[in-house]
Order: sequence, then structure tokens, then C-alpha cells
Amino acid sequence: MALVNEEIVELVGYRLHSVKTNKFKTITMALQFCAPLEERTVTKRALLARLLKSSTKKSPTFQQLQHRLDDLFGTSLSTQVQKKGHYHIFSAQINTINGKFLRDSSSLLKKSLYLLAETVLEPNVTGQGMFDEAIFQREKRALKQRLLAVYDDKMRYANERLIDEMCAEEPFALHTNGTIEALEALTSADVYDYYLEMLKTNCIDLYVVGDVERDVIQRELEGLLHFEQNTCRLIKKTQSVDKTILEPKYVQESQDIEQGKLNIGYRTHVVVGDPLYPAAQVFNGLFGGFSHSKLFMNVREKASLAYYAVSQNEIFKGLMLVMSGIESANYVQALDIIHKQFKAIQAGEFTDQEINQTKALLSNATLEAIDSPLSLIDLFYRQVLSNDVLVLDHWLDDLEHVSGEDIIKVAQQTQLDTVYFLHGKE
Amino acid sequence: METKRFEQLQETVYYQQLQNGLDVYVLPKEAFNKTFATFTTKYGAIDNHFKLFGKDEWLKVPDGVAHFLEHKMFEQPDGVDVFQTFSTQGAMANAFTSFTATSYLFSSTANVDENLTTLVDFVQEPAFTDENVEKEKGIIGQEIRMYDDNPDWRLYFGLIENMYQNHPVKIDIAGTVESISDITKEHLYECYKTFYHPSNMVLFIVGPVDPKATIELVERNQEGREFTNQQTIDRQYPEEPKTVVHKERSLAMSVQTSKCLVGYKERSVHRQGMAMLRHELSVQLLLELLFGKGTATYQGLTDEGLIDDSFSHDYTEEYEFAFSSFGGNTDDPDRLALRLREIVEEAKSRKIDEQALERVRKKQIGSFLKALNSPEFIATQFTRYRFNQMDLFSVLPTLEELTLTELEDVLNEHFDDDCFTQFKVVAK
Repeated sequence: MALVNEEIVELVGYRLHSVKTNKFKTITMALQFCAPLEERTVTKRALLARLLKSSTKKSPTFQQLQHRLDDLFGTSLSTQVQKKGHYHIFSAQINTINGKFLRDSSSLLKKSLYLLAETVLEPNVTGQGMFDEAIFQREKRALKQRLLAVYDDKMRYANERLIDEMCAEEPFALHTNGTIEALEALTSADVYDYYLEMLKTNCIDLYVVGDVERDVIQRELEGLLHFEQNTCRLIKKTQSVDKTILEPKYVQESQDIEQGKLNIGYRTHVVVGDPLYPAAQVFNGLFGGFSHSKLFMNVREKASLAYYAVSQNEIFKGLMLVMSGIESANYVQALDIIHKQFKAIQAGEFTDQEINQTKALLSNATLEAIDSPLSLIDLFYRQVLSNDVLVLDHWLDDLEHVSGEDIIKVAQQTQLDTVYFLHGKE
Repeated sequence: METKRFEQLQETVYYQQLQNGLDVYVLPKEAFNKTFATFTTKYGAIDNHFKLFGKDEWLKVPDGVAHFLEHKMFEQPDGVDVFQTFSTQGAMANAFTSFTATSYLFSSTANVDENLTTLVDFVQEPAFTDENVEKEKGIIGQEIRMYDDNPDWRLYFGLIENMYQNHPVKIDIAGTVESISDITKEHLYECYKTFYHPSNMVLFIVGPVDPKATIELVERNQEGREFTNQQTIDRQYPEEPKTVVHKERSLAMSVQTSKCLVGYKERSVHRQGMAMLRHELSVQLLLELLFGKGTATYQGLTDEGLIDDSFSHDYTEEYEFAFSSFGGNTDDPDRLALRLREIVEEAKSRKIDEQALERVRKKQIGSFLKALNSPEFIATQFTRYRFNQMDLFSVLPTLEELTLTELEDVLNEHFDDDCFTQFKVVAK
């Protein structure tokens, strides 16, 4: 039985994925644009995301656009950029109330779809092919502020610094929101030119989740949303994201902070869609994914060194990243415990009980994700990004079939890449 | 078993109070995979001065005990970490402590009955030892350090410390590294005995469950346990002045962007039930009218370069304390604080725009409906409302009812300039 009823139809320049379900009070839409993650475009894309949601041709000020959203019972419009392996995903999302829960609800769905189309197709540009200058400068400043603020969130900062070090020279080291240097140099015309390029060259998918029929959505979309594509849109499975490690790298940095952040990067050499992908997920779960995992039990519960000691897979890049907050003086001890746990899994030191717990929680996480519109979209979009190699309905089965040998195989091919430590000043 | 149907929302709540006083609520969500359950005691960080269960003397406990107790509940008498049991049953478990409550929870898509039993059992079977209490000090110490480095947390608590002179709401929920060093297993048992009686707790279950069978399961579980009849719990809070302690303070941290948070300490507290609901929703509507994304103010402050999309506003109201807070990242914290205060004063001098009110009302109704997608929201908020004698499902009709006159009164009362304060985090 299919977990979710996803219908996919090819429309003009994009694919519509509709998921009809009566479990939500809302109708959620996400228009996903996929492009390679590149230095040339990364900052433009991040700025464009902000520009498109801040105003449109019809609602040329932020306040006017916001009033329209508020009048639609607080319909939300958001845009974001995300890194998925060597892809850079731009996403425009609308979340609106399903009219059946409201007394006066005239055409919320229709108006919301209209707003989504307007956001991406009718930007607030002047006749000269430029974004409104005042808005351009404002959004530029806001993005700069956002880039600066990464430094203030030490957990995020440490994680970014680890990736900087470990993926130097690879596209993955590019920051999702670009760089301040590139941002300062951008002109309104640059971003508008890039906007036209994005519409023509990106692979585009629209998701609509809620209690609404596919043909109703399709009828509304006719004449409303279409893209003229000049290249083949299919995401091809040609991404090469891997790298072999010769020698692990150790990096330390100091700041005026209370708690040290120990972040460690490994390469599993396994990405979504690979035969070993389910085993890589179980491996991460055993190592540091959950509160029965080795890191939690040993770094936190046994040694009392940390409040959090976790690992997670970057599933489109083949990385496993450890994050922990420790007393700076305990660096050597914590690192030693983490290394020991890693080696223990490589040596097959885990029980059937631990495997079963991990599988139960991974399967639980998938089933729970389907209970939230945005995580459902994220999960299904993985299928698109893996070029349909990852099929959700097979995933729970594949997970069930992971053996101890598969886990050991992933663990043994996994390499320590970089140890990054952000510590307090002496 | 009582049943309450909310037609417009298409939701039904089932309720039963058990013999020992435990309130059990079930809200079925048939189409969902997951079941989410919270088991919550009306006991939080502010409850540090009380009469010990069955005794007549007052007891004062070190800062951070409620949160420490939350951590230690996960130890079981047989020495097995309860996380292990939940994992085996395919459930994610967690807990959190707020100013006024401590909540234990799980979510799972399988073995719901077993997980529910585990949840109730582990919270009702404390197993504190000198050794496991000592061991936890390192872990919680690191949790405290983590918050020490979090500028948004420091900003928020800085503002609360500006407002309150004596009330324990100003104490960080986890305590300090120094205060937790004094905590012993005796403290934990004393607090446990006093506050974890079933009659001081609420169990809330949302998910694809049969309400009748679920309530019966809990009932059978509780019949097997002995609880002496609980008296009312005596808690004491110090006298608190109406106005703020500090008008303005700042903290230098290792940041690149400054932050500014301002707010008003509510002068009159001790509301509950409908009065609290109306008041809370009124202040929230007012904040949206004053600083929402759809206001000329928001646009103006953005154009002036004083705020960005980290700007937010919030209102917290509990029986013992209440305050509003608003602010965010800014290049010029002093100027932002000044402007925010001016905007409030200016708003008090004119009428509320009716059209703007209707728009904001619609927005709040929509936000509430959206939140009902989330089982986590339903369970935790329903419980919080229940502890304050309010009903979560009255939010919608109350939002529709609030009048302009009522809002104007609250605008003048809550946003009292004597109760204004500001806190800044600046670069070191």
C-alpha cells in the first residue's frame, strides 16, 4: 500500500505533484527550482529569494503584499534557498487555510495559487529590466545582516567552519546564502538577468498538499503558471560529490565563548539512491542519531561530558557530521571517546537490539514526516533529486533488510576527514 | 467519559478525570500516522518555595531543581535508561521544563499502548540516587554553558531580569552551575512528592487512537497504583513591585550583530479562565496591530534599516507574571529601542483603525487554524490553557468577539511607560 497518494502530472515546463489528504487544516504549496550549486550563482539566488517574496508588480510595497496575505486569513508566503549535495534549491512556499474550516472563505485556494504564480512570474521590476532600487538595497542589507549573524550562532558557525575546512575546493563549501563579498558587488540588473536565466534553466516541481483534488488544482494552474524551458529539465544522476581522504585534518579556532564546540566530519561515500544508503542511515543512527546511540550513551550518559553529542548524515553529499558542546579542557577525552565509538561500530560491536531500535526509529521518523505538510514535501522531493532511484514506498522495506554486515561495510569505508574545535580563550 | 465536539474545527476532545485526580484527554486524529502524548505536571521553575507534601513547614529549594528533576526522571528503578525502552518500542521521547510546568512526552507510529504505559510508568517511578544525581551535574552544566553562549537566550533573560526584582521568573530555568551543585537526591524527592501527584497532572494524547480504549488503558494502569489523597499544594511567591527594576541594561558578547529586545511588564496579574484568555489574545492582537509585518511601522523600521526579518513580538501570560517582548537584530539598538517606545506612545494617542483590526483578526484566526496541524501544539497548548482554567478551543470564538473598546483599554493599561524596559546584546 502506498504511504501517501502522490499524483504526478507533466505541465508546461514543470511537474505538478499533488498529494490529497484530509489530515491538515491547510493547503500547502511549494514551487521548487533546482540548479547546480555554483559560486557564480549562489549569492544571486539567495538575494533573488528575498526580492521575490518582498513585493510584486501588483503589490509593489512589502506592506501592500502583506495586507493581501493577512486578508487571506494569514496566508503565509515564504521563500528560501537550501543546499542539497551539489544542488542549490530555491523554494517558494504558500501555506493557506483550507476554506472548509472558515465561514467566509471565498476562493482561498485560487487566490493562493495566483499569489504563488505572481511571486515568481511578476516580480517588482522596472521597464529597464531592474528590480525596484529601494527594495533592492533594502533586501541586500537584510541578506548581509543574515550572513553576519551566522557568526553569532556558535553551533551553526562551528558547523559551517567544519564544512569550509573539509570541503574546501568543492562546491559544497559554498554557503547557502552566498558571501558578503559577492553580495556587495551585485547590481539590480545582475540579479534580474539571473532571474530570467533561472526560469529558463532550472528543473521545476510544484507540490500541493491538502484536501483538494488534483484536477481542480490543474484547472486553476492552466494559463496561470507555465515556464519556457530551453534546456532538458531532468535532474541527471551525474553529480560527483565524493572525495577520497589521505590524511585527516585538525583545525582549532578560539573565540570569547563559554563552551567549546567540537564538530567532526566523516565521509561515508554513500549518497541517497546508492544501494548502501539504507545501511548508511542505520550506521548513523547507531553512532549518534538517537538517544540510544553510542555517542549519547558514552559521551553524555557515561562520561557526563556533554549535553548534546549527536551525528547526522548529509544524505546528498555522503557526509556524516558529529556535533557536540563540551568544556574546552575536555577536548582530548571527548575526541578519544568519539573515536572509540566509531571504531567499535567498524569492528561490529553492536547488538541486534541496537539495530532494531535504530530501524524502528528511522521508520518512525519517515512515517512522522508524512504528518507535516512541509516535511512530506521535503521527503518526496528527495525522490526527484535522486532521479527517482529512492522510492519512498520501498524505503521502509529496504530499511528492514539492512544487515549487520551492511552496517559494518559502510562503517569500514567511512573515513575521518576533519576535526574542528571552536574553544574559549585561555 | 465526557465528549466535546468543535464543529467548525472538526475536532472532538474526550475527557475523563480518574479516581486519583488525573485528568486524561484524548483528541483523535484518524488520518495521522503518529500519536503524540504529553504527561505534564503543573510545576515549573518558579515553584521554588512551597509546603512539603504532608508537612507544615515552608521549604525553599536551589535554583534549577524542577529542570534537574526532569532530567533525572529518565532513570528507572531497574537501572535501565527509559530512552532505551522507548527506542525499542519505536518511540522518540523527550521532556521540557518551563516557568510553570514540566512535561514528558513521546511520539510514535507503532506500539502506542506500550509507549503510553511506559510514559506514565516512568514518570510515576522515580529512582534518584546520590550517584546518578552527581553524574547529571556535568551534563546540565554543559546545557547551561550552551545557553550562556546563545545571544538570543541571554537577550530574553536579560529583559526578564530587567523587569522582575524578586519573582523567581527571573531565574534561569536550568539554574546556574553554582546553584545546581547544591542539589541532592533529597531535594528531588521532596519536589517529586509535592508536585507529581496525579491530581496535579494532565495526560494529553493526540493521534489515531480509540479514545475509549485509551482512557481505559490509563485507568487500569492507575488503579494498580497507590496514591494518598492529595491536599492542595501551598506555593509562595515573593512580593513584586508593579514597575520594572532596570529601565535599561546591556551585555557584551562574542557577536557581530547587535540585538535589542524591549517589553512591558504587565502591572495586574492573577487572571485566569476567560479573563486571561481575553487579555492574552488582546495583547497579541495589539502587538500585531503595532508591529506586525503588515503595519506601516514594520515597513518604516525596515526602510530605516533598524530591523530585519529576525524582528518578532511575543506575549507571555501566566497566573503569577506577564510581559510582552519585541525586538531583534539591529545595527542601532539604542535608536531601535527609542523608536519602538515612541511608536507605542503614539499609538496610545489615537484610535485603533477598524479595518486594520479586522485584517489582524483574520490573520490570527488563520494562524490558530494552521497551528492545529501540529499534534505538538495541540497537546502542549491545551495543557497550558487547562492549567490556567482556559479552553484552547475557545480561542477562535474569542478572537471573533473581541471589541475595539476592549482592545483600546488593554492598549492603555498594558503598554504603561513606567513598565517599559530594554535590553541589548552588543559586540565585545
